[in-house]
Amino acid sequence: MMASGYNAKEEDGHHSGAPGNGGGAGAVKSKKPDNTAFKQQRLPAWQPILTAGTVLPAFFVIGLIFIPIGIGLFVTSNNIKEFEIDYTGVDASSPCYNCARNFSWNSTSSCTCSVPFTLEQPFESNVFMYYGLRYVKSRDDSQLNGDQTSLKSPSKECEPYRMSDGHPIAPCGAIANSLFNDTLELYYVVNNSKTPVTLVKKGIAWWTDKHVKFRNPGGNNNLTVAFQGTSKPVNWRTPVSELDPTDPENNGFINEDFIVWMRTAALPTFRKLYRIIQKKADLTPTLASGRYVLEVSYNYPVRSFDGRKRVILSTISWMGGKNPFLGIAYITVGSVCFFLGVVLLIIHHKYDNRNNSADIPN
Amino acid sequence: MLRRRLNRLLGGDERRVDSRTIYVGHQPSPTEAFIPPKFCDNRIVSSKYTVWNFLPKNLFEQFRRIANFYFLIIFLVQVIVDTPTSPVTSGLPLFFVITVTAIKQGYEDWLRHKADNEVNKNLVTVLEDGHRMRKESEKIKVGDVVEVDEDETFPCDLILLQSTRDDDTCFVTTASLDGESNHKTHYTVPETEKDLESLNATIECEQPQPDLYKFVGRMYIYKNDPEPAIRSLGPENLLLKGATLKNTQKICGVAVYTGMETKMALNYQGKSQKRSAVEKSINAFLLVYLCILVSKALVCTTLKYVWQSKPGQDEPWYNQKTQREKDTNLYLKMFTDFLSFMVLFNFIIPVSMYVTVEMQKFLGSFFITWDRDFFDPEIQEGALVNTSDLNEELGQVEYVFTDKTGTLTQNNMEFIECCIDGFQYKYRDADTELDGFSVTDGPLSKMHEKAGKEREELFLRALCLCHTVQVKEPTGLCQDQQNNLMDSLEGLMVDGGPPPQEQRGFIASSPDEVALVKGAMRYGFTFLGLESKKMKIKNRNNDIEMYELLHVLNFDPVRRRMSVIVQTKSGDKLLFCKGADSSIFPRVRQEEVEKIRVHVERNATEGYRTLCVAYKKLSINEYASADEGLQAARLALQDREEKLMAVYNQVETGMTLIGATAVEDRLQEEAAETMEALQGAGIKVWVLTGDKMETAKSTCYACRLFQRGTELLELTVRTLEDGVRKREERLHELLLEYHKKAVQDAPPIKPSVSRGWSRANQDYGFIIDGASLSLVFNSLESNSSRYKNLFLQICQNCTTVLCCRMAPLQKAQIVKMVKNSKGSPITLSIGDGANDVSMILEAHVGIGIKGKEGRQAVRNSDYAIPKLKHLKKLLLGHGHLYYVRIAHLVQYFFYKNLCFILPQFLYQFFCGYSQQPLYDAAYLTMYNICFTSMPILAYSLLEQHICVELLLDNATLYRGIAKNAMLRWVPFLYWTVLGVFHGLLFFFGVRYLFGNPALQDNGQVFGNWSYGTIVFTVLVFTVTLKLALDTRHWTWINHFVIWGSLAFYVFFSFFWGGIIWPFLKQQRLYFVFANMLSSVSAWLVIILLILLSLLPDILLVVLRKPCGPHSRQRKAGESGAGGSQSPRSSARPLLMRTFSDESNTVA
Repeated sequence: MMASGYNAKEEDGHHSGAPGNGGGAGAVKSKKPDNTAFKQQRLPAWQPILTAGTVLPAFFVIGLIFIPIGIGLFVTSNNIKEFEIDYTGVDASSPCYNCARNFSWNSTSSCTCSVPFTLEQPFESNVFMYYGLRYVKSRDDSQLNGDQTSLKSPSKECEPYRMSDGHPIAPCGAIANSLFNDTLELYYVVNNSKTPVTLVKKGIAWWTDKHVKFRNPGGNNNLTVAFQGTSKPVNWRTPVSELDPTDPENNGFINEDFIVWMRTAALPTFRKLYRIIQKKADLTPTLASGRYVLEVSYNYPVRSFDGRKRVILSTISWMGGKNPFLGIAYITVGSVCFFLGVVLLIIHHKYDNRNNSADIPN
Repeated sequence: MLRRRLNRLLGGDERRVDSRTIYVGHQPSPTEAFIPPKFCDNRIVSSKYTVWNFLPKNLFEQFRRIANFYFLIIFLVQVIVDTPTSPVTSGLPLFFVITVTAIKQGYEDWLRHKADNEVNKNLVTVLEDGHRMRKESEKIKVGDVVEVDEDETFPCDLILLQSTRDDDTCFVTTASLDGESNHKTHYTVPETEKDLESLNATIECEQPQPDLYKFVGRMYIYKNDPEPAIRSLGPENLLLKGATLKNTQKICGVAVYTGMETKMALNYQGKSQKRSAVEKSINAFLLVYLCILVSKALVCTTLKYVWQSKPGQDEPWYNQKTQREKDTNLYLKMFTDFLSFMVLFNFIIPVSMYVTVEMQKFLGSFFITWDRDFFDPEIQEGALVNTSDLNEELGQVEYVFTDKTGTLTQNNMEFIECCIDGFQYKYRDADTELDGFSVTDGPLSKMHEKAGKEREELFLRALCLCHTVQVKEPTGLCQDQQNNLMDSLEGLMVDGGPPPQEQRGFIASSPDEVALVKGAMRYGFTFLGLESKKMKIKNRNNDIEMYELLHVLNFDPVRRRMSVIVQTKSGDKLLFCKGADSSIFPRVRQEEVEKIRVHVERNATEGYRTLCVAYKKLSINEYASADEGLQAARLALQDREEKLMAVYNQVETGMTLIGATAVEDRLQEEAAETMEALQGAGIKVWVLTGDKMETAKSTCYACRLFQRGTELLELTVRTLEDGVRKREERLHELLLEYHKKAVQDAPPIKPSVSRGWSRANQDYGFIIDGASLSLVFNSLESNSSRYKNLFLQICQNCTTVLCCRMAPLQKAQIVKMVKNSKGSPITLSIGDGANDVSMILEAHVGIGIKGKEGRQAVRNSDYAIPKLKHLKKLLLGHGHLYYVRIAHLVQYFFYKNLCFILPQFLYQFFCGYSQQPLYDAAYLTMYNICFTSMPILAYSLLEQHICVELLLDNATLYRGIAKNAMLRWVPFLYWTVLGVFHGLLFFFGVRYLFGNPALQDNGQVFGNWSYGTIVFTVLVFTVTLKLALDTRHWTWINHFVIWGSLAFYVFFSFFWGGIIWPFLKQQRLYFVFANMLSSVSAWLVIILLILLSLLPDILLVVLRKPCGPHSRQRKAGESGAGGSQSPRSSARPLLMRTFSDESNTVA
């Protein structure tokens, strides 16, 4: 790809002088600088020269590789099925309008609302249920790792969610405090009867987070004791030890919903994995087309900051969720490279000819 | 200076301000009460620090740099204010920078201390109460009587009291002070007692002042009489520190000025730290980036408060304010936020750039020391680097100011050839020496026979007689010592080689005369000396001839000739005259002139110093009248000079021309080639010398600084004293005339290619001497600046400027003038003696030559090289490379930090201006220190975009980087745009990918740290590969460092994310990197973004490349063109080469 001259300018001529010098002078220590390739700046070096001729093939190769990848990505992304339901309840017609209006974070009871929707096409493989939010620095990772001292005296970074009524907050900090606590349930509606869709809550968080980074203080036995003397975050309904009443292994800091939440999103519009709908053993689609109802227990107020809440049902491919960006980008870059290759080829040829003709009169 | 001023202030009431009183030998004067006066000791201090003040002073110096100061502020802000990043991120690099710099500067100052000590601890002999004491030089006090032996330098300024010579004189050479290597006679104070012990005297003299040639004082000698005898003292009684005693066994003198008050020290200039132009560019860029930084912080702060003013955003339910936050004043909060943003973005100013630049300079300078091409086998030394701060400046030189004596020339005069009656005689080698004289087998001799034997001998006798040379008296030392002395003399006289019996020391006020006498000696006529008015000559037949010396008609620069009148044994009175052709030709019979003129002109163009020799037989009448006239004129009290001149002119007429001589002031090896290369590189060469104009001019011709076609514009005492008008008027007129010629009428100079070689363009050479220069500088206030301006403009339009008869400070003045002229060109001074020190210090780059004249120039220089010829490689090779390296380094640093911090800035728009860092703290700290620092350091040490040989062969390549070409605003803009482009690409590329953060095939999502890590990975790879694209010279080190850095980054990220670090409060990156690599999408986006970022660069390289091979061809073509030029340029080199070869064989 590059025209290269390998230039070994090693001490070709100098060798003859040096030994004679050393031998003759004997022990006389000369201040004469050492004749090493490095000191004389004569290290053998590869001197690549980029020319149109050498870069040309690279452009074509890049073009030829990128375009198929791009097409592949684009197709994959297009095949991913995604369905999005906004249940914030901004419009008066929206089923969650009332909840959104009346609910604030310090309401005692939750407000529920059901959002009906219809899937036109069946979802074949595992379906991942995300919640999306639009809207980050306060946490204590050593506390979350089960550190006892941090449990009792959380880091200063947790301010203002560090202490509550003289008790340390566990988990402390604003991020934990703002844990997404809507509960979402999905029902398949057949002939006006609702069949619940099984939502799996295992495997939504990174394995390493679940198993290494987040640890309960004093192991997993008897969380109530472990968290004694701490107070729940201000905006939470339940203490951290009772996040998941159904599965004792999913409580405390290692609650997967909590872990997912603690992996803060990068951008203000984000989605987080909520539940997984496992593919059925038989050949029926995971989610058949038809009518569904989303039951929301509306706990998480977003109106105050103009937030939106969505539920996204999506299948997943090897490249992750649906995102046409990569495919398009690859196709574009590939095409640009190919085009440039052609342009360079023309330039190269023209230049070569000119060069040749210019050489002749000489 | 300060001390002097203080002395004056404090001592004002006690002592007279404008004079000092010295008690010789500290003996109290009988009349006045003895108050031991306080003067400074004899210590020379060129170092900057002492052990005690090093730390505070060095820190102060370092924090005067805006960058360092800025980082200190940032650090303090981080310590005081609650900021998103820890103080360690900026504190650690800053500490590192300061320490490295301090160590470097400390080391350099230690070297200076060592050099100072060498001088200060030198042992000298001091007479105290009649005892001879060996003392360290620095302990000499004013009033001490110091004894100095032959060939020793004077340790301080002395008044000569006693000399071992009978005539109460001593000879001194001031070569290291003003470059004049001839022997000057100094006189003891008249009628002092021989017994110094019993001498009771005081000296009253002026306060120290820098003029070397001025001294006024009085000596009061107290004898038994109540009234002291008063002797007046002048410069002829003063022996200057730095000068060397010659041809006198021993002298005694009393110290009048010591240490920093000696005239030599006063001619030093204060050592100010030199800053390179690159550093100035860096500072300018820094300001730009500082502005960017401040505006970024301002934008963010403003937007933050605008955003927060919207309801619900300021204090959402999930993130309420602490009590303290609520209490603080809004403006204070805004200010704190502003500072936090500053801290967050402060990485845009690359702290590590300074470390890298320091390291690059420090390590890079070793390549100069290590270069074997700079090694001189004669002195067994290589180049020396005193300051590494100026490496790149070597690639930017526009003006070279060079000393003549010892720098351009070796200061060895050598008789080359002569012409008798139009026949050329050339002294060839040892074989033909037996025949005495040989005729060259050149075309001239083919046509003619030798001149008549009679004429030959007449000519040689003339050479032997017509001079004022003294034979060095044999000292009473044993043979060995004598030989040693001879050896040491040889350096000054003619180089050695002849058998011992021919070894003869000659002393003369002009080295030319010695060369001529030596020349005659080679041909069999030996001057044996002058004894009681009789000149003894041993002729070819080894007979002694005696001539009575009747009159010497001294040389003067207006007449430009000298004569002697001698009486032969037979009683004939002969006048021998030698002088410049222009002054001899009109005074001889014209028919002889033509055939000799040919030789003279040919010799002159070859750069030899030519003299014509004529004689005249005086009839008895003629002599009688001449004798009478001379006697009368000598006794005249008024207008003696004019009267003498009139007689001289009258006598020196109607002579017969015998022949001409050619003497070479041997140039340094390859001096002409070096000068030619410098001029080819677009560098203007100015010769600044203390020497005579004629000498300097011929050297310029020999170095090909003046060409045959060069029109010389002369502004010297000679041209100024043309008419009757005042000098000033004449000066005005001449300046205007020359200005018209050289500036106004000259065709507009095409900036690049044509200069130097264009024959069509008239080349101008400008000559000015010290007196005229001071006239230019010191004329009336209103005119001075105008004259200066005119002078400067003329000079800048001349290819070469020659300034002769310069005092050391005048040299510095000239350098300063050019340095401060429009466009502030980079100046370089090169010299070898103490007289060059001031200009070496004044110029941007000072280069010392490790010459014969002591070490002062070397000590005060920035770089020292053994020979002039090394300058070529130093500038064209090393300088060029250093400049390219450092320029690229600087631009690259700004670029890589811009595209590092731009995503950080953009991220603020997506995180509610919450100062959330995009990158992890480890990445923030390590980016500049570990991940991207080594490749650029390796690049900046090893890059050879064009190999050295090619750079040396094509001097024109040097012009490509002139005027700071790579650090101007256009390239800066290019890099900035590139940085912005990359930054935008990184951020938005990943941002679009994160449109759906579910990037893993298990549906799990990525968070903000993954986002940052992807951006950072792309960043590190792009920035490193960008450098790889720019690298033209891949040694294994480059490979190792570039690929190693990338590997290290990957390794580090794995490691950093692979462990729960107990000392960290936040485990932000735990498994982030590994998870990122498990996502195909992340891989794809990384590859895509890297490629896309590098695409414009590759395209640029390729599209520029149509000139790529082209330029290489052109290079080849250029060297071909260089070849085609070489006939012209090598026409003379060939000649030069022949005679330099010959002179080698002669030796």
